[in-house]
Amino acid sequence: MKILVCISNVPDTTTKITFTDNNTQFNTAGVQFILNPYDEIALARAIELTDGGNGSVTVINVGEISTEPTIRKALAIGATDAVRVNAKPHDAWFVAFQIAQYVKANPFDLILTGRESIDYNGSKVAAMLGELLDIPSVSIIKKFDINGGQVTVEREIEGGKEVLEIPLPITAGCAEGVAEPKIPNMRGIMSARTKPLTVIEPVEVKTFSEVLSYETPAPRGQVKLVPADDVAKLVTLLHEEARVI
Amino acid sequence: MPVLVYTENAEGKFKKSTFEVVSYARAIADQNNTTLTAISIGNVAKDDLNLLGKYGAEKVLNVSNDKLKNFVNQAYASVIAEAAKKEGADIVVLSNSFSGRGLAPRIGVKLEAGVADGVVSLPEAGGKFIVKKTAFSGKAFAKVELTSVNKVISLIPNAYKVVETNGAGTVEDFNAGLKQSDLTSIIKEIVRSTDKVSLPDADIVVSGGRGLKGPENWGMVEELADLLGAALACSKPVSDAGWRPHSEHVGQTGIAVSPNLYIAIGISGAIQHLAGVSSSKVIVVINKDAEAPFFKVADYGIVGDAFEVVPKLIAAIKEYKASA
Repeated sequence: MKILVCISNVPDTTTKITFTDNNTQFNTAGVQFILNPYDEIALARAIELTDGGNGSVTVINVGEISTEPTIRKALAIGATDAVRVNAKPHDAWFVAFQIAQYVKANPFDLILTGRESIDYNGSKVAAMLGELLDIPSVSIIKKFDINGGQVTVEREIEGGKEVLEIPLPITAGCAEGVAEPKIPNMRGIMSARTKPLTVIEPVEVKTFSEVLSYETPAPRGQVKLVPADDVAKLVTLLHEEARVI
Repeated sequence: MPVLVYTENAEGKFKKSTFEVVSYARAIADQNNTTLTAISIGNVAKDDLNLLGKYGAEKVLNVSNDKLKNFVNQAYASVIAEAAKKEGADIVVLSNSFSGRGLAPRIGVKLEAGVADGVVSLPEAGGKFIVKKTAFSGKAFAKVELTSVNKVISLIPNAYKVVETNGAGTVEDFNAGLKQSDLTSIIKEIVRSTDKVSLPDADIVVSGGRGLKGPENWGMVEELADLLGAALACSKPVSDAGWRPHSEHVGQTGIAVSPNLYIAIGISGAIQHLAGVSSSKVIVVINKDAEAPFFKVADYGIVGDAFEVVPKLIAAIKEYKASA
Protein backbone atom coordinates (compact mmCIF):
# COMPACT_ATOMS: atom_id res chain seq x y z
CA MET A 1 0.00 0.00 0.00
CA LYS A 2 1.35 3.39 -1.05
CA ILE A 3 0.14 6.21 1.17
CA LEU A 4 0.63 9.94 0.68
CA VAL A 5 0.34 12.24 3.68
CA CYS A 6 0.00 15.97 2.97
CA ILE A 7 1.64 18.05 5.68
CA SER A 8 1.60 21.72 6.65
CA ASN A 9 4.13 23.81 8.50
CA VAL A 10 2.19 25.92 11.02
CA PRO A 11 2.85 28.20 14.01
CA ASP A 12 3.08 26.35 17.33
CA THR A 13 -0.26 26.22 19.18
CA THR A 14 1.02 28.49 21.97
CA THR A 15 1.83 31.29 19.49
CA LYS A 16 0.39 34.70 20.20
CA ILE A 17 -0.79 35.79 16.76
CA THR A 18 0.31 39.27 15.65
CA PHE A 19 0.67 40.98 12.29
CA THR A 20 3.06 43.40 10.57
CA ASP A 21 3.09 45.68 7.51
CA ASN A 22 -0.17 47.40 8.37
CA ASN A 23 -1.79 44.07 9.35
CA THR A 24 -1.16 42.47 5.97
CA GLN A 25 1.50 39.92 7.02
CA PHE A 26 1.60 37.32 9.77
CA ASN A 27 4.42 38.26 12.14
CA THR A 28 6.74 35.24 12.15
CA ALA A 29 9.33 36.89 14.41
CA GLY A 30 10.06 34.57 17.32
CA VAL A 31 7.41 32.08 16.16
CA GLN A 32 8.24 28.41 16.29
CA PHE A 33 6.83 26.40 13.42
CA ILE A 34 5.65 22.84 13.86
CA LEU A 35 4.14 19.95 11.94
CA ASN A 36 0.39 20.65 11.91
CA PRO A 37 -1.06 18.63 14.85
CA TYR A 38 -3.80 17.00 12.74
CA ASP A 39 -1.24 16.03 10.09
CA GLU A 40 0.71 14.27 12.85
CA ILE A 41 -2.38 12.13 13.45
CA ALA A 42 -2.67 11.35 9.71
CA LEU A 43 1.02 10.47 9.57
CA ALA A 44 0.79 8.22 12.63
CA ARG A 45 -2.11 6.29 11.09
CA ALA A 46 -0.29 5.95 7.77
CA ILE A 47 2.74 4.51 9.57
CA GLU A 48 0.53 2.04 11.46
CA LEU A 49 -1.15 0.92 8.24
CA THR A 50 2.17 0.21 6.53
CA ASP A 51 3.80 -1.32 9.60
CA GLY A 52 6.03 -4.34 9.01
CA GLY A 53 7.03 -3.43 5.47
CA ASN A 54 3.46 -3.38 4.21
CA GLY A 55 3.98 -0.46 1.84
CA SER A 56 5.38 3.05 2.07
CA VAL A 57 4.48 6.49 3.40
CA THR A 58 5.43 9.55 1.39
CA VAL A 59 4.93 13.01 2.89
CA ILE A 60 4.39 16.01 0.65
CA ASN A 61 4.55 19.68 1.58
CA VAL A 62 4.02 22.76 -0.53
CA GLY A 63 6.39 25.27 0.98
CA GLU A 64 9.63 27.16 0.77
CA ILE A 65 12.95 25.80 2.03
CA SER A 66 12.11 27.05 5.55
CA THR A 67 9.64 24.14 5.95
CA GLU A 68 12.36 21.47 5.66
CA PRO A 69 12.86 21.02 9.44
CA THR A 70 9.16 20.12 9.66
CA ILE A 71 9.51 17.69 6.73
CA ARG A 72 12.55 16.09 8.43
CA LYS A 73 10.48 15.73 11.58
CA ALA A 74 7.90 13.76 9.58
CA LEU A 75 10.69 11.56 8.25
CA ALA A 76 12.00 11.09 11.78
CA ILE A 77 8.54 10.02 12.93
CA GLY A 78 8.64 7.30 10.29
CA ALA A 79 7.74 8.47 6.77
CA THR A 80 9.64 6.62 4.05
CA ASP A 81 10.43 9.61 1.86
CA ALA A 82 9.37 13.20 1.26
CA VAL A 83 8.55 15.64 -1.51
CA ARG A 84 8.62 19.41 -1.23
CA VAL A 85 6.96 21.52 -3.89
CA ASN A 86 9.13 24.60 -3.81
CA ALA A 87 6.54 27.39 -3.55
CA LYS A 88 4.77 29.62 -1.09
CA PRO A 89 1.41 27.93 -0.34
CA HIS A 90 -0.73 30.74 -1.77
CA ASP A 91 -4.09 29.20 -0.84
CA ALA A 92 -5.76 25.79 -0.51
CA TRP A 93 -6.54 25.65 -4.23
CA PHE A 94 -2.88 26.29 -5.13
CA VAL A 95 -1.70 23.61 -2.69
CA ALA A 96 -4.30 21.04 -3.80
CA PHE A 97 -3.48 21.68 -7.46
CA GLN A 98 0.27 21.14 -6.92
CA ILE A 99 -0.31 17.92 -4.98
CA ALA A 100 -2.81 16.67 -7.59
CA GLN A 101 -0.21 17.21 -10.33
CA TYR A 102 2.28 15.14 -8.38
CA VAL A 103 -0.23 12.36 -7.67
CA LYS A 104 -1.29 12.14 -11.32
CA ALA A 105 2.31 11.30 -12.18
CA ASN A 106 2.89 9.18 -9.05
CA PRO A 107 -0.31 7.36 -8.06
CA PHE A 108 -1.12 6.45 -4.45
CA ASP A 109 -3.65 4.05 -2.93
CA LEU A 110 -4.59 6.45 -0.18
CA ILE A 111 -4.09 10.16 0.53
CA LEU A 112 -4.38 11.42 4.09
CA THR A 113 -4.35 14.97 5.42
CA GLY A 114 -5.16 16.50 8.78
CA ARG A 115 -8.77 17.66 9.18
CA GLU A 116 -7.52 21.23 8.80
CA SER A 117 -4.35 23.26 9.28
CA ILE A 118 -4.38 25.25 12.48
CA ASP A 119 -3.41 28.48 10.70
CA TYR A 120 -6.06 28.90 8.01
CA ASN A 121 -8.43 26.13 9.17
CA GLY A 122 -9.88 25.76 5.70
CA SER A 123 -10.29 21.98 5.71
CA LYS A 124 -10.18 22.28 1.94
CA VAL A 125 -7.12 20.48 0.55
CA ALA A 126 -8.40 16.91 1.03
CA ALA A 127 -11.74 17.64 -0.66
CA MET A 128 -10.19 19.70 -3.48
CA LEU A 129 -7.68 16.92 -4.12
CA GLY A 130 -10.51 14.40 -4.21
CA GLU A 131 -12.29 16.49 -6.81
CA LEU A 132 -9.15 17.10 -8.89
CA LEU A 133 -8.37 13.37 -8.90
CA ASP A 134 -12.06 12.40 -9.26
CA ILE A 135 -11.98 10.14 -6.19
CA PRO A 136 -14.06 10.20 -2.99
CA SER A 137 -13.08 12.48 -0.10
CA VAL A 138 -14.15 12.39 3.53
CA SER A 139 -13.51 15.34 5.77
CA ILE A 140 -13.07 15.12 9.52
CA ILE A 141 -12.78 11.43 10.32
CA LYS A 142 -12.44 9.94 13.80
CA LYS A 143 -11.60 6.35 12.86
CA PHE A 144 -9.99 4.76 9.85
CA ASP A 145 -9.55 1.09 8.93
CA ILE A 146 -8.72 -0.80 5.75
CA ASN A 147 -10.07 -4.21 4.74
CA GLY A 148 -8.70 -5.20 1.34
CA GLY A 149 -9.58 -2.51 -1.15
CA GLN A 150 -12.23 -0.98 1.11
CA VAL A 151 -11.86 1.55 3.86
CA THR A 152 -14.21 1.92 6.79
CA VAL A 153 -14.25 5.42 8.22
CA GLU A 154 -16.14 7.08 11.00
CA ARG A 155 -17.03 10.64 10.11
CA GLU A 156 -18.06 13.30 12.57
CA ILE A 157 -21.52 14.82 12.06
CA GLU A 158 -23.37 17.35 14.20
CA GLY A 159 -24.44 15.51 17.34
CA GLY A 160 -23.17 12.12 16.27
CA LYS A 161 -21.23 10.04 13.82
CA GLU A 162 -21.60 8.31 10.49
CA VAL A 163 -19.84 5.10 9.45
CA LEU A 164 -18.96 4.81 5.75
CA GLU A 165 -17.46 2.13 3.52
CA ILE A 166 -15.60 3.46 0.52
CA PRO A 167 -13.44 1.73 -2.12
CA LEU A 168 -9.85 2.98 -2.46
CA PRO A 169 -8.36 5.30 -3.54
CA ILE A 170 -9.75 8.13 -1.43
CA THR A 171 -8.60 11.27 0.36
CA ALA A 172 -9.42 11.69 4.03
CA GLY A 173 -8.94 14.46 6.62
CA CYS A 174 -7.90 12.96 9.95
CA ALA A 175 -8.90 14.24 13.40
CA GLU A 176 -8.39 13.07 16.98
CA GLY A 177 -9.28 9.43 17.44
CA VAL A 178 -7.73 8.17 14.18
CA ALA A 179 -4.36 7.56 15.84
CA GLU A 180 -2.11 8.79 18.63
CA PRO A 181 0.67 11.08 17.34
CA LYS A 182 4.07 9.39 17.39
CA ILE A 183 7.19 10.85 18.97
CA PRO A 184 10.36 10.29 16.93
CA ASN A 185 12.96 8.07 18.56
CA MET A 186 16.73 8.48 18.27
CA ARG A 187 17.01 5.99 15.41
CA GLY A 188 14.26 7.81 13.54
CA ILE A 189 15.97 11.16 14.02
CA MET A 190 19.31 9.77 12.77
CA SER A 191 17.79 8.06 9.73
CA ALA A 192 15.70 11.12 8.82
CA ARG A 193 18.85 12.92 7.75
CA THR A 194 19.53 10.46 4.96
CA LYS A 195 15.98 9.64 3.84
CA PRO A 196 15.18 11.02 0.37
CA LEU A 197 13.65 14.50 0.23
CA THR A 198 12.90 15.42 -3.37
CA VAL A 199 12.33 19.07 -4.25
CA ILE A 200 10.16 19.76 -7.28
CA GLU A 201 9.18 23.07 -8.82
CA PRO A 202 5.52 24.17 -8.86
CA VAL A 203 3.34 24.17 -11.95
CA GLU A 204 1.74 27.45 -12.90
CA VAL A 205 -1.90 27.83 -11.93
CA LYS A 206 -4.32 30.71 -11.69
CA THR A 207 -5.42 31.39 -8.11
CA PHE A 208 -8.80 32.71 -7.01
CA SER A 209 -8.28 34.22 -3.58
CA GLU A 210 -6.09 36.82 -1.93
CA VAL A 211 -5.73 37.56 1.77
CA LEU A 212 -5.89 41.36 1.99
CA SER A 213 -5.44 41.92 5.71
CA TYR A 214 -5.79 40.42 9.16
CA GLU A 215 -7.33 41.55 12.41
CA THR A 216 -7.44 40.17 15.92
CA PRO A 217 -10.76 39.75 17.75
CA ALA A 218 -12.06 42.97 19.33
CA PRO A 219 -11.06 43.04 22.99
CA ARG A 220 -13.88 42.44 25.44
CA GLY A 221 -14.55 45.03 28.13
CA GLN A 222 -13.46 44.52 31.70
CA VAL A 223 -14.96 41.34 33.16
CA LYS A 224 -17.91 41.94 35.49
CA LEU A 225 -17.35 39.88 38.60
CA VAL A 226 -20.34 38.57 40.49
CA PRO A 227 -19.80 37.54 44.14
CA ALA A 228 -19.86 33.77 44.68
CA ASP A 229 -22.59 34.17 47.31
CA ASP A 230 -24.90 36.06 44.95
CA VAL A 231 -25.11 33.71 41.96
CA ALA A 232 -28.70 34.81 41.25
CA LYS A 233 -27.26 38.16 40.14
CA LEU A 234 -25.44 36.40 37.30
CA VAL A 235 -28.73 34.98 36.05
CA THR A 236 -30.28 38.46 36.18
CA LEU A 237 -27.34 39.96 34.25
CA LEU A 238 -27.45 37.23 31.60
CA HIS A 239 -31.17 37.78 31.16
CA GLU A 240 -31.49 41.56 31.42
CA GLU A 241 -28.12 42.93 30.34
CA ALA A 242 -26.56 40.34 28.02
CA ARG A 243 -29.97 39.01 26.88
CA VAL A 244 -28.64 35.55 26.18
CA ILE A 245 -31.00 33.52 28.37
CA MET B 1 -27.31 36.02 -11.79
CA PRO B 2 -29.07 34.49 -8.78
CA VAL B 3 -27.44 33.37 -5.57
CA LEU B 4 -27.72 29.65 -4.77
CA VAL B 5 -27.91 28.45 -1.18
CA TYR B 6 -27.61 24.81 -0.10
CA THR B 7 -30.08 24.05 2.68
CA GLU B 8 -28.76 21.19 4.75
CA ASN B 9 -31.11 18.94 6.71
CA ALA B 10 -30.63 16.41 9.48
CA GLU B 11 -32.97 13.45 9.06
CA GLY B 12 -35.33 15.47 6.91
CA LYS B 13 -35.49 18.52 9.17
CA PHE B 14 -33.84 21.88 8.60
CA LYS B 15 -31.76 23.25 11.45
CA LYS B 16 -31.42 26.79 12.72
CA SER B 17 -28.06 27.10 10.95
CA THR B 18 -29.88 26.33 7.68
CA PHE B 19 -32.23 29.28 8.18
CA GLU B 20 -29.19 31.39 9.06
CA VAL B 21 -27.50 30.61 5.73
CA VAL B 22 -30.74 31.28 3.84
CA SER B 23 -31.12 34.67 5.57
CA TYR B 24 -27.46 35.40 4.88
CA ALA B 25 -27.73 34.39 1.23
CA ARG B 26 -30.88 36.54 0.93
CA ALA B 27 -28.85 39.54 2.12
CA ILE B 28 -26.16 38.80 -0.48
CA ALA B 29 -28.83 38.54 -3.18
CA ASP B 30 -30.15 41.94 -2.06
CA GLN B 31 -26.65 43.42 -2.23
CA ASN B 32 -26.49 42.25 -5.84
CA ASN B 33 -30.11 43.10 -6.76
CA THR B 34 -30.78 39.51 -7.68
CA THR B 35 -32.88 36.53 -6.64
CA LEU B 36 -32.18 33.65 -4.29
CA THR B 37 -32.58 29.99 -5.18
CA ALA B 38 -32.32 27.31 -2.49
CA ILE B 39 -31.44 23.69 -3.13
CA SER B 40 -32.50 20.92 -0.76
CA ILE B 41 -31.33 17.33 -1.11
CA GLY B 42 -32.95 14.42 0.72
CA ASN B 43 -36.38 13.65 2.08
CA VAL B 44 -37.65 16.99 3.33
CA ALA B 45 -41.40 17.46 3.77
CA LYS B 46 -43.17 19.96 1.50
CA ASP B 47 -44.16 22.17 4.43
CA ASP B 48 -40.55 22.47 5.49
CA LEU B 49 -39.46 23.28 1.93
CA ASN B 50 -42.12 26.00 1.83
CA LEU B 51 -40.59 27.48 4.98
CA LEU B 52 -37.50 28.46 3.00
CA GLY B 53 -39.53 31.11 1.22
CA LYS B 54 -40.15 32.81 4.53
CA TYR B 55 -36.42 33.30 4.94
CA GLY B 56 -36.03 34.79 1.50
CA ALA B 57 -35.69 32.06 -1.14
CA GLU B 58 -37.84 32.83 -4.21
CA LYS B 59 -37.28 29.40 -5.66
CA VAL B 60 -36.58 26.07 -3.98
CA LEU B 61 -35.07 23.20 -5.95
CA ASN B 62 -35.99 19.90 -4.35
CA VAL B 63 -33.85 16.84 -5.04
CA SER B 64 -35.57 13.78 -3.64
CA ASN B 65 -33.67 10.99 -5.34
CA ASP B 66 -33.58 7.81 -3.21
CA LYS B 67 -29.86 7.41 -3.80
CA LEU B 68 -29.34 10.83 -2.23
CA LYS B 69 -31.46 10.27 0.85
CA ASN B 70 -28.34 10.47 3.00
CA PHE B 71 -25.32 12.69 2.56
CA VAL B 72 -22.80 11.46 -0.03
CA ASN B 73 -20.09 14.06 -0.41
CA GLN B 74 -19.20 13.66 -4.11
CA ALA B 75 -22.76 13.22 -5.31
CA TYR B 76 -24.12 16.17 -3.33
CA ALA B 77 -21.28 18.37 -4.61
CA SER B 78 -22.09 17.35 -8.19
CA VAL B 79 -25.80 18.06 -7.76
CA ILE B 80 -25.21 21.48 -6.19
CA ALA B 81 -22.67 22.45 -8.86
CA GLU B 82 -25.06 21.32 -11.58
CA ALA B 83 -27.86 23.38 -10.03
CA ALA B 84 -25.56 26.41 -9.91
CA LYS B 85 -24.80 26.00 -13.61
CA LYS B 86 -28.46 25.53 -14.58
CA GLU B 87 -29.55 28.52 -12.53
CA GLY B 88 -26.62 30.58 -13.78
CA ALA B 89 -25.72 31.28 -10.15
CA ASP B 90 -22.30 32.81 -9.59
CA ILE B 91 -22.39 32.75 -5.78
CA VAL B 92 -23.01 29.52 -3.85
CA VAL B 93 -23.58 29.75 -0.09
CA LEU B 94 -23.34 26.86 2.38
CA SER B 95 -23.11 26.33 6.11
CA ASN B 96 -19.60 25.73 7.45
CA SER B 97 -20.93 22.50 9.01
CA PHE B 98 -19.11 19.17 8.93
CA SER B 99 -20.85 18.34 5.67
CA GLY B 100 -20.54 21.86 4.28
CA ARG B 101 -16.79 21.75 4.79
CA GLY B 102 -16.63 18.63 2.65
CA LEU B 103 -18.84 20.09 -0.07
CA ALA B 104 -17.60 23.66 -0.53
CA PRO B 105 -14.09 22.74 -1.80
CA ARG B 106 -15.43 20.20 -4.31
CA ILE B 107 -18.06 22.64 -5.59
CA GLY B 108 -15.35 25.29 -5.82
CA VAL B 109 -13.20 23.09 -8.05
CA LYS B 110 -16.17 22.14 -10.26
CA LEU B 111 -17.18 25.78 -10.76
CA GLU B 112 -13.60 27.11 -10.97
CA ALA B 113 -14.61 29.26 -8.04
CA GLY B 114 -12.65 30.80 -5.20
CA VAL B 115 -13.75 29.30 -1.89
CA ALA B 116 -14.00 31.25 1.37
CA ASP B 117 -14.70 29.05 4.39
CA GLY B 118 -15.53 30.01 7.96
CA VAL B 119 -17.02 33.32 6.85
CA VAL B 120 -18.39 35.52 9.66
CA SER B 121 -19.98 38.52 7.93
CA LEU B 122 -21.58 39.79 4.74
CA PRO B 123 -19.34 40.66 1.79
CA GLU B 124 -18.12 44.26 1.92
CA ALA B 125 -20.03 46.77 -0.15
CA GLY B 126 -18.20 48.01 -3.24
CA GLY B 127 -16.81 46.49 -6.40
CA LYS B 128 -14.59 43.78 -4.97
CA PHE B 129 -15.87 40.60 -3.33
CA ILE B 130 -14.28 40.73 0.13
CA VAL B 131 -15.36 38.61 3.09
CA LYS B 132 -14.08 38.24 6.63
CA LYS B 133 -13.24 34.72 7.80
CA THR B 134 -11.81 33.15 10.93
CA ALA B 135 -8.10 32.36 10.84
CA PHE B 136 -5.44 30.96 13.14
CA SER B 137 -8.06 28.79 14.83
CA GLY B 138 -10.05 31.72 16.16
CA LYS B 139 -7.06 33.80 17.24
CA ALA B 140 -7.61 36.18 14.30
CA PHE B 141 -9.73 37.06 11.28
CA ALA B 142 -8.59 37.43 7.68
CA LYS B 143 -10.13 39.60 5.00
CA VAL B 144 -10.10 37.55 1.84
CA GLU B 145 -10.88 38.72 -1.66
CA LEU B 146 -12.28 36.17 -4.09
CA THR B 147 -11.06 37.19 -7.53
CA SER B 148 -12.84 34.50 -9.56
CA VAL B 149 -16.13 35.00 -11.43
CA ASN B 150 -17.80 32.23 -9.42
CA LYS B 151 -17.60 32.18 -5.64
CA VAL B 152 -18.34 29.60 -2.96
CA ILE B 153 -18.66 30.72 0.65
CA SER B 154 -19.44 28.84 3.84
CA LEU B 155 -20.85 30.66 6.86
CA ILE B 156 -20.06 29.70 10.46
CA PRO B 157 -23.07 28.96 12.74
CA ASN B 158 -24.47 31.82 14.87
CA ALA B 159 -22.61 34.43 12.78
CA TYR B 160 -25.74 35.73 11.07
CA LYS B 161 -29.20 36.17 12.53
CA VAL B 162 -32.22 34.41 11.09
CA VAL B 163 -34.39 37.03 9.37
CA GLU B 164 -37.99 36.31 8.47
CA THR B 165 -39.43 38.02 5.41
CA ASN B 166 -43.00 38.02 4.15
CA GLY B 167 -41.85 36.27 1.00
CA ALA B 168 -42.94 32.88 -0.26
CA GLY B 169 -41.00 30.51 -2.43
CA THR B 170 -42.06 28.15 -5.18
CA VAL B 171 -40.88 24.58 -4.84
CA GLU B 172 -39.89 22.64 -7.92
CA ASP B 173 -38.33 19.23 -8.41
CA PHE B 174 -34.78 19.16 -9.64
CA ASN B 175 -33.54 16.04 -11.37
CA ALA B 176 -29.80 15.87 -11.28
CA GLY B 177 -27.83 13.53 -13.48
CA LEU B 178 -25.82 11.21 -11.25
CA LYS B 179 -22.51 9.62 -12.11
CA GLN B 180 -21.94 6.10 -10.81
CA SER B 181 -18.46 7.16 -9.67
CA ASP B 182 -20.07 9.74 -7.37
CA LEU B 183 -22.00 7.05 -5.52
CA THR B 184 -19.33 4.60 -4.39
CA SER B 185 -19.47 5.57 -0.69
CA ILE B 186 -21.86 3.39 1.27
CA ILE B 187 -23.30 4.58 4.57
CA LYS B 188 -23.31 1.71 7.04
CA GLU B 189 -24.55 3.49 10.10
CA ILE B 190 -25.68 6.90 11.31
CA VAL B 191 -25.69 7.54 15.03
CA ARG B 192 -27.25 10.78 16.18
CA SER B 193 -27.94 11.43 19.82
CA THR B 194 -31.24 13.24 19.54
CA ASP B 195 -31.44 13.97 23.26
CA LYS B 196 -28.30 16.10 23.17
CA VAL B 197 -27.74 19.53 21.66
CA SER B 198 -25.10 19.44 18.94
CA LEU B 199 -22.00 21.41 19.88
CA PRO B 200 -20.86 23.15 16.67
CA ASP B 201 -24.12 25.03 16.12
CA ALA B 202 -25.35 25.36 19.71
CA ASP B 203 -26.77 28.64 21.04
CA ILE B 204 -25.44 28.01 24.52
CA VAL B 205 -22.43 25.89 25.49
CA VAL B 206 -21.53 24.68 28.99
CA SER B 207 -17.92 23.61 29.18
CA GLY B 208 -15.92 21.90 31.92
CA GLY B 209 -12.19 21.72 32.62
CA ARG B 210 -9.71 20.01 34.88
CA GLY B 211 -11.02 22.04 37.80
CA LEU B 212 -13.89 19.56 37.96
CA LYS B 213 -11.40 16.95 39.17
CA GLY B 214 -12.89 13.89 37.47
CA PRO B 215 -15.53 12.51 35.09
CA GLU B 216 -17.73 11.51 38.02
CA ASN B 217 -18.36 15.21 38.70
CA TRP B 218 -19.96 15.96 35.33
CA GLY B 219 -23.49 15.40 36.66
CA MET B 220 -23.93 19.03 37.68
CA VAL B 221 -22.45 20.23 34.38
CA GLU B 222 -24.96 18.09 32.50
CA GLU B 223 -27.79 19.32 34.67
CA LEU B 224 -26.85 22.94 34.02
CA ALA B 225 -26.63 22.26 30.27
CA ASP B 226 -30.01 20.52 30.26
CA LEU B 227 -31.63 23.45 32.06
CA LEU B 228 -30.25 25.92 29.53
CA GLY B 229 -30.79 23.73 26.48
CA ALA B 230 -27.05 23.90 26.02
CA ALA B 231 -24.46 21.66 24.38
CA LEU B 232 -21.68 20.13 26.47
CA ALA B 233 -18.03 20.88 25.84
CA CYS B 234 -14.70 20.44 27.57
CA SER B 235 -11.06 21.52 27.50
CA LYS B 236 -8.26 19.50 25.89
CA PRO B 237 -6.80 18.02 29.11
CA VAL B 238 -10.26 16.66 29.92
CA SER B 239 -10.70 14.86 26.59
CA ASP B 240 -7.05 13.75 26.59
CA ALA B 241 -7.61 12.16 30.00
CA GLY B 242 -10.64 10.34 28.60
CA TRP B 243 -13.07 12.03 31.01
CA ARG B 244 -15.14 13.23 28.06
CA PRO B 245 -15.24 12.29 24.34
CA HIS B 246 -12.97 14.07 21.84
CA SER B 247 -16.06 15.36 20.06
CA GLU B 248 -16.62 17.72 23.03
CA HIS B 249 -13.10 19.18 22.94
CA VAL B 250 -13.25 22.90 22.21
CA GLY B 251 -10.08 24.77 21.32
CA GLN B 252 -7.41 25.27 18.71
CA THR B 253 -7.00 21.57 17.98
CA GLY B 254 -10.63 20.73 18.67
CA ILE B 255 -13.88 22.37 17.64
CA ALA B 256 -14.19 26.14 17.34
CA VAL B 257 -17.56 27.30 18.63
CA SER B 258 -19.45 30.55 18.24
CA PRO B 259 -22.43 30.38 20.62
CA ASN B 260 -24.32 33.31 22.10
CA LEU B 261 -23.30 32.16 25.56
CA TYR B 262 -20.26 30.13 26.61
CA ILE B 263 -20.02 29.10 30.25
CA ALA B 264 -16.57 27.83 31.26
CA ILE B 265 -16.34 25.94 34.54
CA GLY B 266 -12.96 25.09 36.03
CA ILE B 267 -11.07 25.97 32.83
CA SER B 268 -8.04 28.19 33.33
CA GLY B 269 -8.06 29.54 29.76
CA ALA B 270 -4.89 28.38 27.98
CA ILE B 271 -4.29 30.25 24.73
CA GLN B 272 -5.26 27.16 22.70
CA HIS B 273 -8.64 26.91 24.45
CA LEU B 274 -9.34 30.64 24.14
CA ALA B 275 -8.77 30.39 20.38
CA GLY B 276 -11.71 28.03 20.07
CA VAL B 277 -14.16 30.23 21.97
CA SER B 278 -13.19 33.77 20.92
CA SER B 279 -16.18 34.07 18.56
CA SER B 280 -18.63 33.50 21.43
CA LYS B 281 -20.87 36.53 22.01
CA VAL B 282 -20.92 36.32 25.82
CA ILE B 283 -18.43 34.41 27.96
CA VAL B 284 -19.01 33.48 31.61
CA VAL B 285 -16.11 32.07 33.61
CA ILE B 286 -16.39 30.21 36.90
CA ASN B 287 -13.00 29.50 38.44
CA LYS B 288 -11.61 29.47 41.96
CA ASP B 289 -8.36 31.08 40.80
CA ALA B 290 -8.91 34.84 40.42
CA GLU B 291 -5.72 34.97 38.34
CA ALA B 292 -6.96 32.44 35.74
CA PRO B 293 -6.26 33.94 32.28
CA PHE B 294 -9.83 33.13 31.19
CA PHE B 295 -11.14 36.06 33.30
CA LYS B 296 -9.25 38.47 31.00
CA VAL B 297 -11.44 37.53 28.03
CA ALA B 298 -14.67 36.94 29.95
CA ASP B 299 -17.72 39.18 30.08
CA TYR B 300 -18.93 37.87 33.44
CA GLY B 301 -17.09 35.93 36.07
CA ILE B 302 -17.49 34.29 39.42
CA VAL B 303 -14.38 33.63 41.49
CA GLY B 304 -15.32 30.58 43.50
CA ASP B 305 -15.27 26.83 43.89
CA ALA B 306 -17.22 25.19 41.05
CA PHE B 307 -18.61 22.61 43.46
CA GLU B 308 -20.33 25.39 45.39
CA VAL B 309 -21.09 27.85 42.58
CA VAL B 310 -22.58 25.48 39.99
CA PRO B 311 -25.28 23.99 42.26
CA LYS B 312 -26.22 27.55 43.28
CA LEU B 313 -26.35 28.56 39.64
CA ILE B 314 -28.61 25.60 38.85
CA ALA B 315 -30.93 26.62 41.70
CA ALA B 316 -30.93 30.26 40.55
CA ILE B 317 -31.80 29.31 36.97
CA LYS B 318 -34.60 27.02 38.17
CA GLU B 319 -35.97 29.91 40.19
CA TYR B 320 -35.67 32.29 37.24
CA LYS B 321 -37.41 29.79 34.98
CA ALA B 322 -40.22 29.25 37.48
CA SER B 323 -40.84 33.00 37.70
CA ALA B 324 -40.52 33.70 33.96
